[in-house]
Amino acid sequence: MVLRKEFTIRNKLGLHARTAAKIVQATTQFQSRIRIIKNDREADAKSILDILTLSCPQGTRIEVRAEGEDAAEAISALAVLFDNNFGEE
Amino acid sequence: MPPGSARMVLDGIGVTPGIAIGKAHRVDRDRISRVYYHLLSPLQKREEIERFEAAVSKAEFDLREIRSKIVGDFPEHVYILDAHLHILQDQMLYNETIRIIEEQGINAEWALRQALENAQRLFAKIDDEYIRGRFSDVDYVAAQVLSNLTGRNAQSVAGIKERVIIVAHDLSPADTMQLQVEKTLGFVTDMGGKTSHTAIITRSLDIPAVVGLENVTQAVNSGELMVVDGTVGRVIIDPDEELLNYYHERQFQLERYRKELARSAKLPAETEDGFSIKIEANIEFLEEVVAVIDNGAEGIGLYRTEYLYLNSEYPPDEETLFWNYREVAEIIYPEMVTIRTLDIGADKFSAKMGPCGETNPALGLRAIRLCLQENELFRTQLRAILRVSGITRNVQIMFPMISGVGELRAAKAILTEVMESLAQEGTKFDQSLHVGIMIEVPSAVAVADLLAREVDFFSIGTNDLVQYTLAIDRVNKQVAHLYEPLHPAILRMVKQASDAGRKAGIPVSLCGEMAGEPLYIPILLGFELDSLSMNALAVPRVKQIIRNANLEESKACLDEVLQFSTASQINEYLRELTWRRFREDFELFENKLGTLSSTHGDLS
Repeated sequence: MVLRKEFTIRNKLGLHARTAAKIVQATTQFQSRIRIIKNDREADAKSILDILTLSCPQGTRIEVRAEGEDAAEAISALAVLFDNNFGEE
Repeated sequence: MPPGSARMVLDGIGVTPGIAIGKAHRVDRDRISRVYYHLLSPLQKREEIERFEAAVSKAEFDLREIRSKIVGDFPEHVYILDAHLHILQDQMLYNETIRIIEEQGINAEWALRQALENAQRLFAKIDDEYIRGRFSDVDYVAAQVLSNLTGRNAQSVAGIKERVIIVAHDLSPADTMQLQVEKTLGFVTDMGGKTSHTAIITRSLDIPAVVGLENVTQAVNSGELMVVDGTVGRVIIDPDEELLNYYHERQFQLERYRKELARSAKLPAETEDGFSIKIEANIEFLEEVVAVIDNGAEGIGLYRTEYLYLNSEYPPDEETLFWNYREVAEIIYPEMVTIRTLDIGADKFSAKMGPCGETNPALGLRAIRLCLQENELFRTQLRAILRVSGITRNVQIMFPMISGVGELRAAKAILTEVMESLAQEGTKFDQSLHVGIMIEVPSAVAVADLLAREVDFFSIGTNDLVQYTLAIDRVNKQVAHLYEPLHPAILRMVKQASDAGRKAGIPVSLCGEMAGEPLYIPILLGFELDSLSMNALAVPRVKQIIRNANLEESKACLDEVLQFSTASQINEYLRELTWRRFREDFELFENKLGTLSSTHGDLS
């Protein structure tokens, strides 16, 4: 089953190198296949360059889709990052 | 014009002001020639892949080494190095290079180069400038692997012995981490812009730097004498003695002047002939208040309150706003803070609000219009501001984007209702709190006399006033050059609004970028405004220039300028005047006019 959750990018600089690195750090802890969907494009949430080139500045709405045994844990780990704006402004 | 000549003069983007004079130290990187060759047998391909993997492992090892040596003070750098480690292992570079080696049978250097070019194409399509600029991180990581592949040791900046100016294609955070600040006089790089890592780091270290010079690494040799003028973004290679003396003198003066500015930042801005103008600062975040005080601003002339709204899915509640405003008011006390009510477009807000898909948001449902429609949103903010005013008594309210008297009355009616309900509850607020408006819509200027009767102050918001008056969207590159704050229409409108305010006996302030521009000071003084509100960092210099200015002369200047028919004429006149009048200041800060002779043709 695919788990989905929507987020809005709220930190000022958007998903840049540092924030994308934090996402990859989190996602690579999980077995699940994790993707970030923006409009009709998608990025592998375990690839920093995929995330960067998805281009998500402040205000972008994205959907995270996780598929696998630890999908729920993966989603909640990402929710912590997004909800805290990656510890940025 | 500076005296003397040099072997070469290059202009780039100055990112950290100040002057550095010293010997160049070139850090070579990414200039490694890559030989192209085909691999025929499966065995050759397998060996090539192993060679690539070894080069990646080595790069990873090196990055981890640097990372482990970083001390606690630089968490930023740790994150950037983490990002580099992830890039190193990313499928777009790593898996892709291996795939190219396998499928096309070419050597690792060329395969990696191809993967890098594919990534570059993807990055080039990104709209957001900051994220697009992060390709430099990818480029840097790939260069590390490439230099491992060719076996040449990348020259490190760690072993530098004497104080030098670092000349590099691009400086990575790993490089800057290894730099010893006390041995670095300045930085110059081929790559980069105002938001590049080099820019951010050098600014935090306060080391003069010029980036985006394109080919400085090819122009200069290690050991050559050079001058880095970070104030104007100029690099001079091998200057003659006359020019060198000039820069030594300029360096000395600039340092002395910056110290003097810092010392005199708290002195009032009063002209030679005794005209006082209040200098305030604009802020967006609570954290900026300290810089406002440090830079000698006499209050907050504009507190933009959008931040708390943009950062949450739902509008912030009254308590959140109350504590935020209270903290700002308490820190700046006894000076005043002018809180501008929500200036936000329906487009930028929660999707639940307002019609989606406005074709022209700048002329759409925004600012006071949105607040008048979304009544509860507005009341919540007003309640929070009023409650703070009852405690600190140094708060003023300002409505944005008022286009006429009807709108103002509607906003004030809601304010009165909120005041009444607070009074009924027995909640204190400042009964004599001042209520003012932004003058930023051309129609407000036309009826400024009518508006002035019904408010306690005006604040002329030049950013939007220029945009709406000249019908220019300055983010649109096609027309950005037509965004002219010195357009005669703008000057006439500012004059009309400030005259109307003075006639009605209310204070008039000017906020917006125009307020912090030293070139405009003579005309701003000529309007006889009560205050200017600007970026806090601009305050010390503006105050200093005003102390050397003269009201009568400024009024004459404004009269003269109002006779001109184009912005470029006015600009030229002001340049000439300010250079003559504030020579010391302008020579130190904006020495852009000087063209230097170079013995290698006219490169300046």
